[in-house]
Formats: sequence, C-alpha cells, structure tokens
Amino acid sequence: MIDKDKVLHIAKLARLHLNEQEASQYAKQLSDVLGYIDKLNQADTQGVEPMVTASPIETVYRADEPKMDLGVEEKIKNAPETSGHLIKVPPVVS
Amino acid sequence: MIIHDFECVIGIEVHAQLKTKTKLFCSCPTTFEAGDNENTCPVCMGMPGVLPVFNKEVLNFAIKTGLALNCELDSASVFARKNYFYPDLPKGYQISQYEKPICKEGYVDIVLADGEHKRIRIERAHLEEDAGKSTHHGNYSLVNYNRSSMPLLEIVSGPDMRSPAEAAAYVKSLRSILQFIEVCDGNLEEGSMRADCNISIRKQGDTGLGTKVELKNLNSFRFIEKALTFEFERQVDAAMSGETIIQETRLYDKDKNKTYSMRSKEDAHDYRYFPEPDVLTLTFEEALVDKIKKDLPELPLATAKRFVSDYGIPEYDAVVLTQSKALALYYESAIADTKNAKAVSNWIMTELLRELNDAKKSIEESPISAKQLAKMVELVDAGTISGKMAKDVFAEMWKTSKDPEQIIDEKGMKQVSDEDALLKIIEEVKAANPKQLEEFKSGKDKLFGFFVGQCMKASKGQANPSVLNKLLKANL
Amino acid sequence: MNLETAKISEIVNSVQSNKISAAEVMQFFLQRARQWQDKTNAIITFNPEAEAQAAKLDAAIAKGEQVGPLAGIPVVVKDLLCTKNLKTTAGSKILDNFVPPYSSTVVERLENAGAIVLGKANLDEFAMGSSNETSYYGNVKNPWSLEHVPGGSSGGSAAAAAARMAPLAIGTDTGGSIRQPASFCNVVGLKPTYGRVSRYGIVAYASSLDQAGPMANYIEDVALALEVIGGKDPRDMTSANQAVPQFSNIQKEVKGLKIGLPKEYFGEALSSEVRSICEESIAKLKSAGAEFVDVEIPHLDYTIATYYIIATSEASSNLARYDGVRYGHRSEDAKTLEDLYCNTRAEGFGEEVKRRIMLGTYSLSSGYYDAYYLKACKVRRLLQNDFLKAFEKVDLLLSPVTTSAAFKVGERISDPLEMYLNDIYTTSTNLAGLPGMSVPAGFSSAGLPIGVQLTAPHFAEDRLFQVGKVIQDMQNVADRRPQ
Repeated sequence: MIDKDKVLHIAKLARLHLNEQEASQYAKQLSDVLGYIDKLNQADTQGVEPMVTASPIETVYRADEPKMDLGVEEKIKNAPETSGHLIKVPPVVS
Repeated sequence: MIIHDFECVIGIEVHAQLKTKTKLFCSCPTTFEAGDNENTCPVCMGMPGVLPVFNKEVLNFAIKTGLALNCELDSASVFARKNYFYPDLPKGYQISQYEKPICKEGYVDIVLADGEHKRIRIERAHLEEDAGKSTHHGNYSLVNYNRSSMPLLEIVSGPDMRSPAEAAAYVKSLRSILQFIEVCDGNLEEGSMRADCNISIRKQGDTGLGTKVELKNLNSFRFIEKALTFEFERQVDAAMSGETIIQETRLYDKDKNKTYSMRSKEDAHDYRYFPEPDVLTLTFEEALVDKIKKDLPELPLATAKRFVSDYGIPEYDAVVLTQSKALALYYESAIADTKNAKAVSNWIMTELLRELNDAKKSIEESPISAKQLAKMVELVDAGTISGKMAKDVFAEMWKTSKDPEQIIDEKGMKQVSDEDALLKIIEEVKAANPKQLEEFKSGKDKLFGFFVGQCMKASKGQANPSVLNKLLKANL
Repeated sequence: MNLETAKISEIVNSVQSNKISAAEVMQFFLQRARQWQDKTNAIITFNPEAEAQAAKLDAAIAKGEQVGPLAGIPVVVKDLLCTKNLKTTAGSKILDNFVPPYSSTVVERLENAGAIVLGKANLDEFAMGSSNETSYYGNVKNPWSLEHVPGGSSGGSAAAAAARMAPLAIGTDTGGSIRQPASFCNVVGLKPTYGRVSRYGIVAYASSLDQAGPMANYIEDVALALEVIGGKDPRDMTSANQAVPQFSNIQKEVKGLKIGLPKEYFGEALSSEVRSICEESIAKLKSAGAEFVDVEIPHLDYTIATYYIIATSEASSNLARYDGVRYGHRSEDAKTLEDLYCNTRAEGFGEEVKRRIMLGTYSLSSGYYDAYYLKACKVRRLLQNDFLKAFEKVDLLLSPVTTSAAFKVGERISDPLEMYLNDIYTTSTNLAGLPGMSVPAGFSSAGLPIGVQLTAPHFAEDRLFQVGKVIQDMQNVADRRPQ
C-alpha cells in the first residue's frame, strides 16, 4: 500500500537521503505498520472533536518584558560553521 | 482600470510586524539595531528541547487590530506548525495560525483620489512568527536569527481591488490604521510592514477569478502601484497572445520596472500543517475585548471626517492628512495656532510632504515645526509677507529650522504696504523709464506689467502686490 | 546506614546532620556506577564535576547553609534532558557533540534541591524504542540478566536505578518509556499527569505525550522527587498551574478505595506469569481493604494505531530542527543546501528514528492527513472518554504494564510492528494525559522482574503512591538488587 516511489517522495519531504535498499525496506515495513493502523477506520468518530492536549491546563501567557541570559558566543558555540557571529551554510540560492 | 476589456482583480496579504518589546514566543528584545545573532536565545534559535511561550501583549495588539479592522474575534484561536526546511527557519517549522485565526471577516473603507469610497473586505488576520534572515554570498550563505520569532499579524484582504491605485490606497489606509492604533510602525522600506499582492485578470463582466500571480518584494507604495501596473499589462498581453498565465510568485525589479518569476521550487509545497502541541489554544475573556475597545483611539477615517466637518477642508485632503497619526497630530497642532486650516493643509500637501518625501524623512523629523508653519500662514494672512515671499521663507525654514519672523527680519523681507513709500517708488520708476511711460500712455496697455515688475524689483520684492497694483493704476 | 537500600530521605538526613558527607555518598555511588557500567552500558556521559559538586555541597553544609530536600543525592538523568555545559546526545549521532548552554527545568529543580547529576543515562535514540537497542551509544543490558533488554526508552535510567548506580534516576515517558523499563528492572517508575512536570529543555519526541518522571527503588523516593520536579514552569505553556501537594506524605490506608480492573488489559495476549503477579497484588490489596470493580476501556484496541500516528507525526516535525545548521552533526558531503539536509539527516539519524519520521511525515502529508493524523486525534478523545467514564466509578485502575517480562536482546528488533505492539498497555495513559506508575510486584520463574501498573485521574498522583506503597510493602521486592 506504500510503494518505493511513495517512500522516496516522503523521504524527500523529510529531507532524508535513502538508498534503493533502504527505500525498499521502508516500503515493506511502513506498509506493514500502515496495514495495522488502518484498523482506525473501524472506530466511529462521527461528531468527535479531535484532541491535541489531553490534560486540563489553563493557558498562562508571558509578560512582554525583555530578558536575555546568554551572550552571543554561547548561542553559536555549537554551530558547525560560522563567520563572525553568523551561521554559515552552503548556498541557499545556487 | 480596464485594458482591452480586461479588468484586474487584486487581493493583498500584509505582514505587519507588531511592535511589542519582546518576540512572539520568547523574551528576546525586538530592537532593530543589534549585533549579528545577538537578539536570540535557545528558543528562537530552535535548540533542542526548548519551548515557545506566548507573549501576552501580542494578544492585546491582535485584538486591537481586529477591532480597528471591524473583524470578528475568535476567543479560541489555534496555532499550527507549517513544516518546511530553510536555513533561516530554525525549527524546521513556522508557528502560525492556520485553520482558526484570531480575526476574520472585517473590512477597511478607503477613499480614492477622485473622492470615491470603497469597502475592502478583510478575510482574516492571523498571528505568526517571522523567520530569520539569510544573506547570499556566492558559494555560501550566512544566517542571522535576530528576526526569528518576531511577531507578525498577516492581514489577508478579499480580492476586492480593481486597479493598482486602489491597491496602493488600501495598503496606505491599512498602514495608517495600524499606526493610529500603535501596533505597527508600518515602515515598508525597513520591512516592518510587507505587502504581497495577488493579481489576476478577467474579462470585464466575468465574475470568476483567473489564475493569480503573487508579487513580492514591494517595499514602497510607488513600487506596489508600478509592479501591479506592469503585471496587469503583462497578463493582458499574455492573454491577448493566447498564452496561459501560470500560478507563480514573481518579484519586482525596481530598476527595470519589471516583474520576474522566482525560480520555481522543485516540487510543490506540502507544508503538513497540524495543531502546534506546544502552544495551547489562544483564549481570552470578553472583558479584555471590552477594555481594549474602550481605549481604542479615533481611527484615521473618523479623524478625516472630523477634519472635513470641523475645518472645512476637502475630504481627499483630510484623508492624506490622516495617512499617519503623526501627520494628523502635526496638522492639528498647526491649526491650533491659526484659523486658516485650508492654507495649512495646502502647505502640508503641496510643499511639506514633497520635501519630506524627497529627503526620505518622516513628519516627526520635519525641520519645520507645526508652530512655525502656522506662524508663516498667519504672516501671509496678516499681509506681512506675500504668498510668493512665503515660498522663500518656507525654503529657508526647511533649510535652517528658524522661525519665519527671524528669517523675515534677517533678510529684511517685510512686505511694504505703506502707500507713501510705494508712491515714492512708483515716481522713481516713472522717472527712470520715460520712453515706456510715453508708450503706455499712448495705449500700449501691456506695459502695465512692466511697471509692476520694475516697482517690485525696486522694492526688492517686498511691495504688497495688491496695494502696488491699485496705486499704479491710479498713477500711471 | 546501608546505602544500597537506604531511602532518599534517610540519606539526605544523614548528609544534613553530618553523619555522612555528600562526597562519601557520591563516591559510593560512583564506584557502583562504574562497576555496573561495564556490564549494562547504562550511562553515556559521566558528569566530571560530580565529585566537586558534592564537595561544594559539603562546604555549604559546614557553613550552616540551608540545603534542599535532595541534598547530596546522586541522580542519573536520561540523556534527553539538557544539562548546561554537559553533553546531551538524545542517544543520537546527530547530537553527538551538542553541549547545551541551558539546563532543562527538571535538572535545574533537582540541582536547586541539592541533587547532583552523576551521569547521563543511555536511551533509545530520541526516546524511540522499547528495548534500548536503538541508541547510537550501544544497547543497554538488563542488570537482572545481561541477555535481556532493560526495556525502553528509559532503559539506561531503569538499569541505573535497578543496579543502584544512583538512588534516583529520571526518565521520560511518551508511550510507556518509564513504566515498561521500570517493570522490566524492578524499579518504581512514574509517568506524571501531562502538564505536571515541565518539558522545558527536554529533547522533544512527541510534544503532546512526553512527560518526564522519577524512577527509583522506593515509592517514597519517587513521591519526593515528584514534589521537587513538579509544578508550573513559566517556560512551558503546557505545564499546569496546579498546586503540588506534599506527595511524600503518603496516605497509608487503602480501605474503601475503589480500584478498577479494565478487562481489555487482561485479555489473551497477557502471559500467565504477569497475570498471576497482578492477581497476587489484587489479592493483597483486597486484604488491605481495597474494593475491586470491573471497568471497560472499549477503545483500547485502537491505542497502538492512535499512538503511533500521533507520536510519529509530532516527531517528524520535532526532529526537523536537526538539520546540521546551528548545532549537531553536519555532513561533510554537503555542497548544496539539499545535500546538507538530506545527508546530515541520513548520516545522523538511526534506522528506527528515520522510520518514525517517515511514518509521521506520511500521516501529515497532503491527502493523508484526514485519514491518519486527524482520525487519530479523534480516536484519542474517545479513548480518553473511556478513562474518564471509568473514573466516575473508581478511584484508580490496576493493570499489567506489559504482556510479559523482559525479552531477549535482538529478539524483536527486526520487526518494527511487533516491537510497537509491546506498548499496548502503556500508550493509552499518555494519549489520555493521565498519571501512571509501574510498581515492582514480583519476579518471573526465570528471575526477571515484573511490575504492575496503576493509573489515576489527572493530577491524582497521590493515589498512585497510596496504592503503590501497599503493594511495595506487601510484595516485599523493593530491597532486592541484581548481583
């Protein structure tokens, strides 16, 4: 129910490079899992509101007060490549 | 506006940056001037495990805007994640309202140059966070996240505009509303307000919508109008020559005055929107809306109407004077010092706004204060200086910020209305030009102007023209 | 005091009253941890500052300074929780070199209470797994039998607590990741109510399901730890503004308490060994005066399908930030932006993580959203309604945690679907946002631990401790340690 082409399309959306063998393997495994998941179709959800947050939590907002705890060095220290305090990446426009 | 039986249909998405002190989902300051990646934190840099927390002031601003745009407010709006990969999008998704925006179904009334009124519908206004900024340097790009998670309100109009001029008028009206209620700077050039225009064409009389093209990168009212005009013509040309118009995003090149296609993305977008589980439903009490409603300032169109009825100026002038809150305040503060509201309006509309525009200055930065302008108008009305002299005084005020009286004093520019003094000049001019006097007397009426000019010159331009005229007529 | 079986409060009292120094406590546990580390691989990174921090605490005590309720307690924290200036990997190559400039709220609160991070626990990569076999840092072994898995994804935390490498461990639970390994390792494992504990600084797997919680040898220790880590956090909108009661003051009586037995949990899939241990606990609770009532969770059959759609959908988005731009692994084979993304992520993520990203991306993608993600969100509500209805009749639920005791390393890893089906009894708790706890209750004939699961209404963790304490006292396995 999910073939290799579909797997490759999904992998592209998710920015995952897959080789042929991985694509075939995922096609089979995901088909198995989705085959199982299709049992959801049996549940009668007519008129049911979808749920995202499962606990009764009151919304609390943040006050509009500026705060900064870290220096710029701390924030970019994990970056693989920088130029000054900017993050460097391969060309966005090629 | 019609070209070859085609009309254009324009809808506009305006991204207004809300001028809160902190970002939408973190406490980083929103100051414009900051070092590279300085106004950032783990949250707006998308680091592992950190979470967005909604800024209360953004809610206040959104409600305020919704009220000003006559929108229906949803007291349970929902944030979603819009998923796509881009280096300036630190989390790999943008938090944005999607299916349930905070504002929907409102309108803005605009006044066009010919005095026509038009109502532009607002389909929705939703909150979202801004992305960072990347700059491109050939074989690499650099990313700055200072702008990441800045609060934006995206205001989506209906496809209600029928000409580029209407489009510009709508964006102007919207901007003045946002400025009046103090939620957005409305600076197109600096990007605190961005307008993406969707334009399609159809045969006059058709009611369906054609394929729309989105125009981006329009950072002034002039460019909005020019780009839309170009695009309208381009689409009509395409339709006339049987080409199909494709749905795409085009950018405006201001140097060539053309629009060009953005490199089309390899595959169509699939943003995989789903409700953002980290941000709870945005709720508020009706009491908050009531409070904000009570404190809502007078809006631009209401102010313009008041200007018309109280000061007797034409409606179009009033609309121009209420373009921004600062300008309206300038006008009102000027006419507190003079009764001649119409003259003040004329000076602002013809001289001051042109100078400000040329100098790329805002009204707040005007070298001529409202008081000074009013004083100058008073001096003209009192006959102290002539209208012509006033132009010179105005130019000097613009250059030096000096009071008009001081300029008049320093340059000895006072208008001469004293009849004896003027008669003396007339006699001198007559004596110096016997030949012309002879010709005039023998019927060459055209020479009257010559004598006016000579007397003016002799008075160093200070003669009161009407008094001079009267005396000349009697004494030649 | 025997540090192998001492409760946390005993250790803290001794440290506060100078009977033992924090440094000595740390030395004892560090030594044990190093011994067991070789056997179990429970820890990814030891905190090089642990001993120095213990000494600092001793100095503070010597000066008469006030210290917190966890003073001197070594804690092993799942390596999904960010620790300032201490590498945090999430069990993934993609974060192999990531040193956060911030700590998670849970870690901050533990440290403010005087606890000292001993090390960062191994886990399934990004908490995706039920056997701790998907970690980039190697699998964790069950200290009770090294051929068996410790469970997952908090396998390192469970193994560390079981082997007493520390008296307290912190795990996270998205679909059973605290309770299942707790059951496999003979420790108490609590998944608090969604919103009880801040998620700030915890690497996200599935945001609407994730919840951190304590794992330890004794109920009292878990209750005390929840007091410390629970409560509203202004940095997490989904943390609830709920008062945190004094959980460690556990109510002793269970007389008159109504405990529900959801019949769907006791079906054919349940092994006889687990069933009999559940029955033993039920009998003992009855003898203590609790009343048992049969209840129904009719939508339980959908729990795995619902869970795997919601969890992977959220995960596919949560893991988009690992792109090689701002931190973490970056592919060296990246001349274009697309390469940077596709190769970095292909190299940095393991197989199971990729599989879940794929599944989640698919269920959110255009044309499938309604049938998968949206449908699952609706079934989720039905499932929660089942629980809320059951709680109209009973105070809490008792059920098995898993169908059987720990399985062997390698036994199920090759079949993802079979592995997913393991989570049948635990995922519904997360979907419904409820608090759940696994309590050690006995051992299989092969000597493997088996726990029972208690589930309470939202924010009623106190009932879990109340009933759990009776099981702990009557089953008498809490003091047992692997050799």
